[in-house]
Amino acid sequence: MNMHAQMHTAAEKALLDAYDQRMADLPGDSAVAVKRDNAIEMLKAGLPTKRIEAWHYTDLRRLLTSVPDFEPAGNAKALDPLIEGSAVLAILNGQTTGHLNNVEGVTVERVFEKLQNGSLAPALEPDGNDDAIGALNTAFVSDGWHVTVADGTELTTPLELQDTQDGGQVHLGLPVHIGNSVKATIVERHAGKRPGLTSCVTNLVVGDDSEVLWLIVQEQPEAATHLAQFNAWIGKNARLTVFVMNSGGKLVRQEIRVITKGEGSDFQLRGINLLAGETHTDVTMVLDHAVPNTTSRELIRNIVTGRAHGVFQGRINVHQIAQKTDAKMACNTLLLSDDGEFSTKPELEIFADDVACGHGATVTEIDKNHLFYLMARGIDEKTARGLLVKAFLAEVIEELEVESVVEALESRLDAWFATHG
Amino acid sequence: MLEIINLHAKIAGTDTEIIRGLNLTVNAGEVAAIMGPNGSGKSTLSYIIAGRDDYEVTEGDILYNGESILEMDPAERATAGIFLAFQYPMEIPGVATMEFLKVAMNEQRKARGEEPLKVPEFLKRVKEAAASLSMDMNMLKRPLNVGFSGGEKKRAEILQMKLLQPKLCVLDETDSGLDIDALKIVADGVNALRSPDRAVLVITHYQRLLDYIVPDKVHVLYRGQVIKSGDKSLALDLEKNGYAGVIGEAA
Ligand SMILES: Nc1ncnc2c1ncn2[C@@H]1O[C@H](COP(=O)(O)OP(=O)(O)OP(=O)(O)O)[C@@H](O)[C@H]1O
Ligand SMILES: [Mg+2]
Repeated sequence: MNMHAQMHTAAEKALLDAYDQRMADLPGDSAVAVKRDNAIEMLKAGLPTKRIEAWHYTDLRRLLTSVPDFEPAGNAKALDPLIEGSAVLAILNGQTTGHLNNVEGVTVERVFEKLQNGSLAPALEPDGNDDAIGALNTAFVSDGWHVTVADGTELTTPLELQDTQDGGQVHLGLPVHIGNSVKATIVERHAGKRPGLTSCVTNLVVGDDSEVLWLIVQEQPEAATHLAQFNAWIGKNARLTVFVMNSGGKLVRQEIRVITKGEGSDFQLRGINLLAGETHTDVTMVLDHAVPNTTSRELIRNIVTGRAHGVFQGRINVHQIAQKTDAKMACNTLLLSDDGEFSTKPELEIFADDVACGHGATVTEIDKNHLFYLMARGIDEKTARGLLVKAFLAEVIEELEVESVVEALESRLDAWFATHG
Repeated sequence: MLEIINLHAKIAGTDTEIIRGLNLTVNAGEVAAIMGPNGSGKSTLSYIIAGRDDYEVTEGDILYNGESILEMDPAERATAGIFLAFQYPMEIPGVATMEFLKVAMNEQRKARGEEPLKVPEFLKRVKEAAASLSMDMNMLKRPLNVGFSGGEKKRAEILQMKLLQPKLCVLDETDSGLDIDALKIVADGVNALRSPDRAVLVITHYQRLLDYIVPDKVHVLYRGQVIKSGDKSLALDLEKNGYAGVIGEAA
């Protein structure tokens, strides 16, 4: 990280103090404690600034202005699942609660216990010095669900990992192992009542020939800080589709880091960022096409209102052996206010020669001609704009094709428009 | 019903005047045809009537039922009963055609203080209108006009007109791009709307459409002005002799 250790910001100090105070109460054996200490050393060197390339548009040191106290259990309540009929694994106020009612092929354990017995220690490994989210999470991670889905399981209903909180700090780990030939839809949901600070690291292993739809729905309160990292490894002929929707939080960074491990694998990223107020939301993807014959598509659509600032960084690394890679990335933004801003940074690092890769980014306003057409049919301006904005986003959602998923996401869109439209 | 008085309009933000002192009256119950060479300002006039803000009226007025509409936005004009069938209907990705029709019909009802249509009633109306225009309902499941052929877009415009039941219909070259059968179908659709309390303004280049929609008046537009008006025989005359004579007379 940075070498300005001498002068810590208020937020850095608060984090370091919190560690000193909490150290003894954090779960884990001695191996975990060593990992935590190492991570804290990274944080002592300072949070990343815009001089660090991966953090260029999100100067965490400047943007993270305050850190809430750890609080004893708050008063968060479980939500209805995003998709009707889902099996919910709840995390209330940062603690796993309840259990899973007999979902065939699925076993769950508490991360709290896996820290206590040390079995998660090897996984607690920030990825180099710039991995601030990894370091923060390693230092404080306290609970979460560890999910294993057995080979050949076809989940008939989605599984929802539901994190609801009520202020304070919440640091979660979500390790998920999907076996071979599995079909599953998994929802990772973050919401809260009072604003807090959340870090969450998801580690997803997708086995060979499996098909996984992973939905990340982030609806934190307006003043919340949400720092999340999603890591995935995709096996042979497996398909992973990740859909991310950010519609809350004041300071949000969602990292998505994916490696195609097996030939014939496919990764799809779809994202919607609904940005309002004085917020900062960053989606940063790093995708490694590490073996031959793998494909990927990334499509991000953003709505920017108020003084919001959005960021999409998309980096695709095509390794030298990864011939026949087919990768396409697009990021489209609809700017609805003069003071809003969206920064896009696509990067292709290609070391193989027989590949098809491309990217495109646009920032547009509502098409005046479309608006005129709708109004010429008697639709008032506000309604017409709403139709066009939703149309812009609907294209991404409808691609998911599963009706219950499309409906659930559209209802979240409607909920956002009802308060921000 | 429609009275355009000494209208001058330019492209907004420029000095390019396109409508240059245009006078035109269309009475209730009338079908008026507007003809004129390419680039004479026919589409521009239709857009200005509909309220497109790419054009700025610098002089004159447009009265609809005796009142100026210049201060009304396009949605207000539409709910007041003005309808423009576009020469080039726009494709709007992501907006489902059925959803659009429902919103448009209900917004207009709302403006008139009526209850929104119940879904079965809405569907019934759309099915009937589509059938009368020989349109496939499957087409209406697609996003608005996206991938519609030229002729399908024109039919979709007439479908909207049928559903919205406007009082003043402006049809901008609705006949171009239509095959002969479609032309008859569309003409029947327009004729079905003819009534003593409605007026229709048909912009066209071809006499053929006027065989099916017989106009009460024919106006010739040239360089942003109506330079000649007459009855349906004027259209026949233009078909035979072209615009040169009429333009010469006016000069
Ligand atoms: N937004 C615009 N920007 C620049 N020029 C314009 C614009 N709108 C209209 N014009 C010009 O104004 C003139 C009149 O155009 P308009 O489309 O009204 O003609 P028209 O009579 O409908 O022609 P056609 O028979 O070919 O449809 C043309 O020279 C056209 O290029
Ligand atoms: Mg024209």
